[in-house]
Amino acid sequence: MQKNAAPDQHKHTLDPSSEHTPRKRPIYPFLITFIIMFVTWILLSGKFDGFHLCLGIISCAIVAYFSGDLLFDSPRVKGLLGTWIRFVRYMPWLLYQIFIANLHLMYLTFHPRMMELIDPEIIKFKTKLKSDLALVTFANSITLTPGTITVDISTDGQFSVHAIDRHSGEGLPGEMEERIARAFGEE
Amino acid sequence: MGQIFIYCGLFLSFLMLLSLYRAVFGPTVLDRLIGTNAVGSKTVVLLILIGLIYGRVDMFVDIALAYGLLNFIAVLAASKYFQKRRGLHDEMP
Amino acid sequence: MDIIVILLIICGLIFFTGGTVGLLRFPDFYSRLHPAGKLDTMGSLFIMIGLALFNLHHFSMGNLLTSLKLILIVVFVFMASPTAIHAIVDAGVRAGLRPWKKGDKRR
Repeated sequence: MQKNAAPDQHKHTLDPSSEHTPRKRPIYPFLITFIIMFVTWILLSGKFDGFHLCLGIISCAIVAYFSGDLLFDSPRVKGLLGTWIRFVRYMPWLLYQIFIANLHLMYLTFHPRMMELIDPEIIKFKTKLKSDLALVTFANSITLTPGTITVDISTDGQFSVHAIDRHSGEGLPGEMEERIARAFGEE
Repeated sequence: MGQIFIYCGLFLSFLMLLSLYRAVFGPTVLDRLIGTNAVGSKTVVLLILIGLIYGRVDMFVDIALAYGLLNFIAVLAASKYFQKRRGLHDEMP
Repeated sequence: MDIIVILLIICGLIFFTGGTVGLLRFPDFYSRLHPAGKLDTMGSLFIMIGLALFNLHHFSMGNLLTSLKLILIVVFVFMASPTAIHAIVDAGVRAGLRPWKKGDKRR
């Protein structure tokens, strides 16, 4: 988010006349946030009469107006639908990987000589992913896969990962990075 | 089916007692935080089981959702709070 | 149908047991996060899917909404749990806690 804010501030300081006129906001972040929140409202309330739907529309519009550009601050809106579809296609592979790694961690946990098997170490590697959303997805995928926890990400994509034994850490970054790069269109 | 749910709930409560050991005797503050988080994530499932036992799952599911949110926010706030306090992480003798 | 539900619940309980045993057995704070955070997430995924299937036994609009809410809880847990783990790890790193190496004594 900081990366995207930096050129904006630069323009702001160069052009002092824009200080008084409010910057024109794009409408897409507002609409997408509104739709997501309204679907969640319908799911949570479960009432379909006019009164509750009107309340939902009013409160979702207020919240989406104030925090719409927190979630989607990227100017690129055109490829958003394709990104979502490819992201949903990425989910089953991730669930399968999580399941396999869970079984390995269960084996480690119930092993009687567990203290000799584990060998914690911190792995450092550099990734080629650029956008913030892809970096966050990659970090959360690493953390969800048992045996590895993301400790730190620097701004230029340097990862530190805590792995519990040699077998869990050897597959990184590897195939997961390839698949995330394909899902977010960063090949 | 209700019998099975009752036994599952009892087993989960037993696991929560075991996790409570780490929350009470953990050597550092962050160990206690992990223990509390483990108890909280089991409580969400236990609330749904209680709802199924009493036949009011439509009411208990909202309580479970709110409990999950509160657990998440509590862990975030506590870890941010203890970040600055260097002395609290020292291992006890 | 009931058999599938019972199998899913038993799988989830096994994962929860593994998480708790790992929480008690592992030697230091960083390695305790591995079972505590993630085996519990997997266990709640299994149990929630099982209970959502059981809830759809008598199909109606209200039951469908309740099952969708159960799935929503699972999705929320899958997003929130890595974030919470990362916050705890970050606090540990900033306080200068060293990871356990092979050969150290238990903490």
